[in-house]
Amino acid sequence: MTLTRRLTRFLIVLAVATPMAACGVNNVPTLEEATKARWADVQNQYQRRADLIPNLVETVKGYAKQEQETLTKVIEARAKATSIKVDASTIADPAKFKEFQDAQNQLSGVLGRLIAVSEAYPDLKSNANFLALQSQLEGTENRIAVSRRDYNQSVQVYNTEVRTFPGVLWAKLFWGAKAMETFSAAPEAQKAPEVKF
Amino acid sequence: MTTTSVAPGRRRGFGVAAFVAALGLALSLAFAALAQTYDFPALTGRVVDAANILTPAARERLENKLKAHEDKTSDQIVVATIPSLKGGAVEDYANALFRHWKLGQAKTNNGVLLLVAPSERKIRVEVGYGLEGTLTDAVSKMIIQAAIAPKFKAGDFSGGMEAGADAIVSTLEGDGEWQDRVKMRNPEPTDGYDPMVIFLIILVIFIVISIMSNRNRRPPGGGMMHRQRNGGWIAIPTGNWGGGGGSFGGFGGGGGGGFSGGGGSSGGGGASGDW
Repeated sequence: MTLTRRLTRFLIVLAVATPMAACGVNNVPTLEEATKARWADVQNQYQRRADLIPNLVETVKGYAKQEQETLTKVIEARAKATSIKVDASTIADPAKFKEFQDAQNQLSGVLGRLIAVSEAYPDLKSNANFLALQSQLEGTENRIAVSRRDYNQSVQVYNTEVRTFPGVLWAKLFWGAKAMETFSAAPEAQKAPEVKF
Repeated sequence: MTTTSVAPGRRRGFGVAAFVAALGLALSLAFAALAQTYDFPALTGRVVDAANILTPAARERLENKLKAHEDKTSDQIVVATIPSLKGGAVEDYANALFRHWKLGQAKTNNGVLLLVAPSERKIRVEVGYGLEGTLTDAVSKMIIQAAIAPKFKAGDFSGGMEAGADAIVSTLEGDGEWQDRVKMRNPEPTDGYDPMVIFLIILVIFIVISIMSNRNRRPPGGGMMHRQRNGGWIAIPTGNWGGGGGSFGGFGGGGGGGFSGGGGSSGGGGASGDW
């Protein structure tokens, strides 16, 4: 191919691409990337929680052998949650997303129970390592809540773009972009009742 | 009139699209509204005593202490008291307020918010992304439980606030006292890279590659060569369309006599407690 032809083609692409970029064709991938980044945050925070659990279980085990059943449930729920392979494509796959969410919610539930039964062991409650782990777990649960909220807001913007004009055109014709899943408010509702006024 | 037979179907199609569009917009507005239900006090300084529980002398000492720390390290620590959480959770409120005020520098996210809601008896230390490694959740919790809460229990709000601010400042300045008190054996997993940074790196790589691949067509002057039929070359000036930085604005803060957030953010690190 001669240089002339190559250059002409380049200029044509440029002439077409510039106005397209101006009318929002890039919004879809830009928002998609932003949402994927938020999703990565969510995964990070869940991973962080999973990393805390072995130490927590070990510490509780030393003081509360009677709670073997709860401990086993925590270990099982953690194993299940971490066995689910998630990546950036999970967010556009409703079934996979639900599986991930359900497993993590299950783990939240049994972890809540573990912390609750720990209340009955004064020695455990005053153990420095347990207190540190407990505050890290609390902090991580809070980070999970924040990252989920950020992710949901990001998806909201993205889904609005790919479902409304003119974004819907680009999403369908150009990018083949699909709507993404959001977290439901379920885990907060399933948590042990908090005393609020 | 000839189009009437076609129109209804088409119109219904557009009606559905418009409805979906309106619904999407309404939903996003509703969510935006949901996230903004709090009315935050103005960031008037490093001490925002909206609940009016601190003595003027304590406010001044806190202000000076926090300013001295920021001058030294650029960490932005703000202590705030609010009249009411309006039924929300202190964690939600603190995170929203932190982000509203944009505490910490934009690049390092080195902000800390010590928030007290006296009517709900709640304390929250909200830590920006950049300081999570030093002021960990466990240390924050220890500071709340051991430094702040006992004084609050005795009704000494000014003393509790100052003790809390002292503990935060000394922890950030490398004094290991509070870490020792936690006796933390397990270092907290650090967060991955900031997604924005990764995005920018990818962007830069992209620009570099596209420049490299076009390089053979560019004369040293930066214009574009175009080979004519007769074999000669003409240079086409390329203007400034290509890559390049664009605006990276938004780095507020600093300068001037007033105090404002530096653009930092928090992902919910820290701890909360009550008394």
